[in-house]
Amino acid sequence: MALTETAALPAAPAARRAKLNVFSSVGLGAAGLLAFLLIWQAVPSLGLVNPMMLPGPLAIPAAFQSELASGMWFTAVTGSLSHYALGLVLGSLLGVALGVLTGMSRVAEDLTAWVVRVLRPIPGLAWAPFAIIWFGVTPSAAVFIITISVFWIVFFAAHGAVRAVDRDLLEVADAFGFRAAHEKLFKIYLPAALPGILVGLRTALGQAWMAVVAAEIFGVPGLGHRMIEASALLATDIVIVYMLTMAALYGLLDSLFLLGERWLLRWKA
Amino acid sequence: MESVIDIRGLGLTFERDGRRTDVLQGLDLAIPRGAFIAIVGASGVGKSTLLRVLIGLAKASAGTVSLDTQSTERQPVALVFQDSRLLPWRRVIDNVAFGLEGRGLSRAERHAKALDALGVVGLAHLARRWPHQLSGGQRQRVALARALAVEPEVLLMDEPFSALDAISRESLQDELTRIWQATGKTILFVTHDIEEATYLADRVVVLAGAPGRTVADHAIETPRPRRRNDDADAAIVADIRRHLGSGHLGGGHLGGGHLGGGRPTPFARAA
Repeated sequence: MALTETAALPAAPAARRAKLNVFSSVGLGAAGLLAFLLIWQAVPSLGLVNPMMLPGPLAIPAAFQSELASGMWFTAVTGSLSHYALGLVLGSLLGVALGVLTGMSRVAEDLTAWVVRVLRPIPGLAWAPFAIIWFGVTPSAAVFIITISVFWIVFFAAHGAVRAVDRDLLEVADAFGFRAAHEKLFKIYLPAALPGILVGLRTALGQAWMAVVAAEIFGVPGLGHRMIEASALLATDIVIVYMLTMAALYGLLDSLFLLGERWLLRWKA
Repeated sequence: MESVIDIRGLGLTFERDGRRTDVLQGLDLAIPRGAFIAIVGASGVGKSTLLRVLIGLAKASAGTVSLDTQSTERQPVALVFQDSRLLPWRRVIDNVAFGLEGRGLSRAERHAKALDALGVVGLAHLARRWPHQLSGGQRQRVALARALAVEPEVLLMDEPFSALDAISRESLQDELTRIWQATGKTILFVTHDIEEATYLADRVVVLAGAPGRTVADHAIETPRPRRRNDDADAAIVADIRRHLGSGHLGGGHLGGGHLGGGRPTPFARAA
């Protein structure tokens, strides 16, 4: 960028306004966050609420430091991330596979229609008793619960996306001699359904975090478990450390996902 | 001259909601190798259906289609659709290379052939673009290149220029004539535009009636390069009009659109 040139020439009014808008929206966002933190800090500081019940934001860095120093934070985060990743991958793979199969095959769809109708309304967490009976209070139990939560979201997204694939494009495959199911799957169905499948995956990315916390509350080591431990000791500052940890991890993963999605769907107008 | 495609007694009936509709009946057509044949007819007469039978998208219920193919390739015929039907997630070059997949060619070999085909339609410079970045005329050229890339013996074209603006349409018509003269491909070109048919083809076959049959077959002997709306073709155009009973329709267009709701879509499923 030629800075001198920019300084010498007055910026076009429209460009200047656009620049102003960017600054003002970032500024407003920062101001809002600051106000939120101030109010949050004021509530315990002014004695409106016992700091034991709601520690202010100023108390959080110290709590974070001590969790880091004791190694608890790292253990909890890696534990949860491994449940999360495994559950997400298993649930997504199963969801895409079955969703695509039932989307492509009328027989598979009819065959599974009533089973889906029975199992669909059961929330992932309702499987917790079985998860514990089958796997004990182990990471596998958490993975199982997360997998089920992710599965349904991805299954319906993939099924719907495959059903909506443009028949005209399938005819193109036929016209060029690609008539086998596997040829149509890889040449047409999967790429055409990808945007819809990605929407499901992104939703699942968020839902899986909920399932992580819920599954770990039953005692499987990880963020959720550490939060329950801390709350039993009324260490509310530690609880908040993990709440913010989850928000940060989710934010990071969602941003990475969006980057990947933008690249995968770069063919879109 | 030997026929590359010989159609005899072709009939096609499809059933919908228990009602049987005859789309084509007793259709005979011999297509000599290297010919440029236009098929004209009103909407719904079964001209698109005929192409769909030839490419294998629809099944004939009567008659025979024999294909005297010399090549051992899996793709002796290729179809250009009315709408380009490019795959939006593939770059132009990969759209053109589509039909070459599964033939044991390397990616580089496929791309080389695709680039050749793109060169023929004059769009080699757009190889890396996405379909949504192209104009309608460019998209249809890419669709033509995709069909040419598989080196078919017969090129089937289903009203390929009817959705284009007049300027793109005329330039694509001239391009197609040039490609036909350069490659010697057999072309079967379906249109509802009589002027387009007489300008492009060396033979115009008229389909009419329900079910559709051949009602007229004219050789167009006007030497090339041709002029549009040449007076030399006036008698033939008038005769085609008469056969189509189109006295009440203006211009060369016999009603707009495709086959509309009556289009048989054997691959479609209840939504």
